[in-house]
Amino acid sequence: MAAMILTMLFVGVAMVASLADYHLLFSIHRPLGIAILILVIIRYVNRKLNPPPEFMATMPPEERIVAHASEMLMYAMMFAMPLIGWGMLSAARYPIVLYGPIHLPPILPHSPMLYAVLRKTHTIVAYLFFATFIAHFGAVLFHTLILRDGLIDRMVPWKVRGPEIGN
Amino acid sequence: MPHHSSPHPKERPSAKDVLAMLSEPRTVVRVAIIGALVLCIVGSFAYVAGWLSPGLLTPRRFADGFEEVNGVHPGFRRNHAKGVCVGGYFESNGKGTRLSRASVFEPGRVAAIGRFSLAGGQPYAADGPAAVRGFGLRFEPRHGEEWRTAMIDLPVFAVRTPEGFYDQLLASKIDPATGKPDPAKMTAFLAGHPETVRAMTIIKAKPFSSGFADATYNGLNAFRFANGAGVSTPVRWSMVPVDAFAPEEPAAAQNKNYLFDALIARLRRGPVQWHLIITIGQPGDPTDDATLAWPDTREHVDVGTLTIDSVVDEARGSCRDINFDPLVLPNGIAPSDDPLLSARSAVYSQSFTRRAGETKEPSAVTPAEINQ
Repeated sequence: MAAMILTMLFVGVAMVASLADYHLLFSIHRPLGIAILILVIIRYVNRKLNPPPEFMATMPPEERIVAHASEMLMYAMMFAMPLIGWGMLSAARYPIVLYGPIHLPPILPHSPMLYAVLRKTHTIVAYLFFATFIAHFGAVLFHTLILRDGLIDRMVPWKVRGPEIGN
Repeated sequence: MPHHSSPHPKERPSAKDVLAMLSEPRTVVRVAIIGALVLCIVGSFAYVAGWLSPGLLTPRRFADGFEEVNGVHPGFRRNHAKGVCVGGYFESNGKGTRLSRASVFEPGRVAAIGRFSLAGGQPYAADGPAAVRGFGLRFEPRHGEEWRTAMIDLPVFAVRTPEGFYDQLLASKIDPATGKPDPAKMTAFLAGHPETVRAMTIIKAKPFSSGFADATYNGLNAFRFANGAGVSTPVRWSMVPVDAFAPEEPAAAQNKNYLFDALIARLRRGPVQWHLIITIGQPGDPTDDATLAWPDTREHVDVGTLTIDSVVDEARGSCRDINFDPLVLPNGIAPSDDPLLSARSAVYSQSFTRRAGETKEPSAVTPAEINQ
């Protein structure tokens, strides 16, 4: 899913800057966004049913708060971005085509002003998402490669080499 | 060291430990690896966003070009700014179904709304014989997908690429000193664009009509129709008027909106109709170059009749808030390899986004003019 989201952010930012590839990228952006929306719903339900492992004992409380908040922020953005995208296309009365004849109904009334606000929000949240992703990515690498405190074990189903500090 | 034999430390390493660790060469290498990975992702992001290529022609820069040449007119389209909304229906005769599976071509009636416009970014410009006339149209099949098209009354387009369009736009900017475009700039543009010189010859060879109602509107770009059997056909389309052609006349000096007023008067007398003519391309006909005409001998299929029977100003009509994006296509119509199509879609979207958030000013063609 991380790969899909990162792809989505890249497709989005490339699309709005491109003349030649705009149409192709936009055709990918819509179904990929809806796929992420479906996956994040499944993922969230799964998280409620099977809570993730606790943070490591070595993590101080303030760091846990930051880590937890960043996870929640990313969930919020994973839900919000496809819905804002779907909503803004609805407000602009663009057909929301996924593939071939498959399209989604509008979820908001036709309103250019509403579109303008959602369109701006979509961009701002996208940059915020990218920044959060980079911070998350950097923090995970710092924990895994430098602190070697086993944080990565919370994320991946296989065991990662243990710590060296204190040995 | 295997994971199971190495329990995680109970205590977080102290700041001193971390500092000591950070000074170890292998840690320095790891920090450098992390930095390189992060920089790599951020750098790629900046690259695809166009932030590292300031000269790149983006949709934003394109819209800026329109604003530079025409000034900023909040709430209006950045091009084809002056216009009026119309409504009616398309009566399909079913002959299009052998070419495209789009539901709009099945026999029957499909609601349509449209917008007649003049090319250029000045919403209050005076009508004149020199202005290119535009016709944006949105077909709304009740149980099918929408089709939008934006056509103009030229037989071929004057430029082949988005870059050509942009350069021509800037070259045609009015010099405030003379009130006319700088002839040197246009000469330089034409010298670099022989395809535009050729296209202008074709455009000038054909007389323009007297108004909106007796004009032929051409889609210009090639598209691909796909029928139920999956057979793909290169096509172009035109709206050919039922009203008899009358050659254009010099501008009526007293009336800035004489072309729009003539359309309103014509609609008061009764509906105006056009035949939707599909031109079928043959192998070898260019689909990626809108400056080149296809031979007249190509098969033309009349797939139905468009009837326009109502007109309303932009504030009360729904056409102002519709983007006549030429790539809003139903299943059964697909873009060709024409580079203008994706660029048009991108720039129309940029223009739509800008005006969507702006306060709307009354259109030049007023409700009073329509109701009189």
